Amino acid sequence: MPQRQLESGMMFNGEGRKEAMKKGRIKVMLGNEACVEAALLAGCRFYGGYPITPATEILEIMSRRLPLVDGLCLQMEDEIAALVAVVGASWGGTKAMTATSGPGFCLMQEAIGLAVAVEAPCVIVNVMRGGPASGQSTSTAQGDLYQARYGSNGDYSLIVLCPSTAQEMFDHTIKAFNLSERFRIPVIILSDEVVGHIREKVFIPDADQLTFVERKVPTVPREEFVIFKPEENGVPLMPTFNTGYKSPVISQAKSLNGNRGNAKEAVENIHRLVSKIEDHMDEFAEVQVYGDDKAETAFVTFGSVCRAARSAVDMGKEKGLAIRSVEVKTVWPFPDDLVRRALAGAKRIVVAEMNLGMIQREIERVIRQPEIKIELFSKIGGIYPQPQEFLRFLEEKR
Amino acid sequence: MNPLGEKYLRKEFLPFLFCPGCGDGMIVQAFLQAVDDLGCIDDLALTAGIGCSAWIGVYMNVDILKVLHGRAIPAAIGLKATQPSRKVVTFTGDGDCLAIGGNHLLHAARRNIDMTVVMVNNQIYAMTGGQVAPSTVVGSKTQTTPYGNIEKQLDGCKIALAAGATMVSRWSTAHLKPLIKTFKNALNHKGFSYIEIMSQCPVQTGRYLLGSGSPQFNLQWLKDHCVKEEDPSRWLEVESQGKIPVGDFLRIEQPEFMEEVQRMNQRVKEEQGKGGDR
Repeated sequence: MPQRQLESGMMFNGEGRKEAMKKGRIKVMLGNEACVEAALLAGCRFYGGYPITPATEILEIMSRRLPLVDGLCLQMEDEIAALVAVVGASWGGTKAMTATSGPGFCLMQEAIGLAVAVEAPCVIVNVMRGGPASGQSTSTAQGDLYQARYGSNGDYSLIVLCPSTAQEMFDHTIKAFNLSERFRIPVIILSDEVVGHIREKVFIPDADQLTFVERKVPTVPREEFVIFKPEENGVPLMPTFNTGYKSPVISQAKSLNGNRGNAKEAVENIHRLVSKIEDHMDEFAEVQVYGDDKAETAFVTFGSVCRAARSAVDMGKEKGLAIRSVEVKTVWPFPDDLVRRALAGAKRIVVAEMNLGMIQREIERVIRQPEIKIELFSKIGGIYPQPQEFLRFLEEKR
Repeated sequence: MNPLGEKYLRKEFLPFLFCPGCGDGMIVQAFLQAVDDLGCIDDLALTAGIGCSAWIGVYMNVDILKVLHGRAIPAAIGLKATQPSRKVVTFTGDGDCLAIGGNHLLHAARRNIDMTVVMVNNQIYAMTGGQVAPSTVVGSKTQTTPYGNIEKQLDGCKIALAAGATMVSRWSTAHLKPLIKTFKNALNHKGFSYIEIMSQCPVQTGRYLLGSGSPQFNLQWLKDHCVKEEDPSRWLEVESQGKIPVGDFLRIEQPEFMEEVQRMNQRVKEEQGKGGDR
């Protein structure tokens, strides 16, 4: 798959920007709105949802837009039903998605495991809010980072993208659909209240400027087709229901022909479900560096916190402070190598996140150099960090 | 092998995981008979949740999506929504449909989405080893009601009727002929149909609640206790005698969900074409 089109912000920031910008339009929109815009462009025609702040706009806008393109937006009875219906729609042959926030994301965990197990491509947006439980419905937070990766039962892997701007809500949604179809997995867009509710300029390229990935379907006669036998890239072909393949798709540990599997087959299946993603991270893993990439002081950020950190880098520069901000765009599977490279030469690493230290643990795991301090600049309670606070943190904790 | 089995079963998946004497095999046969009579095997898309009855569709050579406990109905909705020409059928059990999946039943029925729910009621959680279910008779001693069940039964047919299903029937594995006819009606019904089948579980319900693990005894119990009574005003009387009313309770025509969706999409697009409000 061409790497270029998948990279977020490329259309807006990359080379040939001027040329590319002629083939599209610019609109001021909500992050959540940008997500819908991209989903419809990517071909999403089924949305199963349930109202929850701060993700509701996605459901509302989908309910207005999908009928116009012969799609269906269904407000289900709960988030469990929402995601299960999405999995059904996916096997039905349609690109499908849902969006939610903390408590709804909790309910979706079982169906995330389901989507992984039955290898149903789909996109799940979690516009994070404060937790635990009902928490702070209108406030931002980044406390669902582990839940997005480890929330369902058993061993598995999936891809989690973290947008920091309305533009990235757009770009990551296109990327999420492409990756879900490429790997036949649920892809999670881990946004947060700030990104979901920010209203800013978004460049919407014409559809012919984007690359869209579609799942591969079998073409061999049914007798020769083995439903869960992987292709060379680890991903089996996906026959849409009612196209003659009479597929047995079960959520149990299974053998290649779809029947209940023995222990050996279960082991092989789990390893394949993980390796089909983690062996191909170079196709999608993304880490950006903002500021002076040789600076000894580095912030590590993801999601909306990237924004304040960028301002802090700029403010530091004015004061003569060299800082780099390492922005993790694909948080899971954690891009160890890219992060290590982005942090090479850094003497002081400050992980800034709106939780009590989640990415921090990953950085501690990846940067195992005792002489390098890995500090945590944490903000919780829905209080978004101010750029000045980053600089104050650097001064006070010195 | 039975010619229906020869024609429609996924032979590489056999033997069935059902216990000897289970009613599920009878339901497989009755359903395949109905499908064969209608010639609609290629249109079927099945879903199932978890439990013994959830495996009924897996042995049939059709597209089947077997999902999580209680979640077969929303999966069916997803399949129906993406291609309304599918005949979507969900196989579920009393625990799957009335306990963990109860909410989904209510809302699918109220939408009158064109699908068929086949609820196999053995009055117990059988696969997990005989725990009380919402359908278990008061007083029953199960693995989780060792001092007797003190909770009232939930009647799936009444729930489906109240929630807006447009076709509701209940039969038993001792009523295979009317059941086949009901299956055919349901597969042709434009709307939400709920078919409950009282079925024998000799291993759990039979041994621990009815006093015998013999399949013959359990089938006879169903024959004796399932009484044809299609007039709801007489159900209380039937139930007061410890009997279960069976029959075809309701079959009416009402606007079907996916047809309404298509109508709405058409209308909205026409309005947009005229420059109407978005």
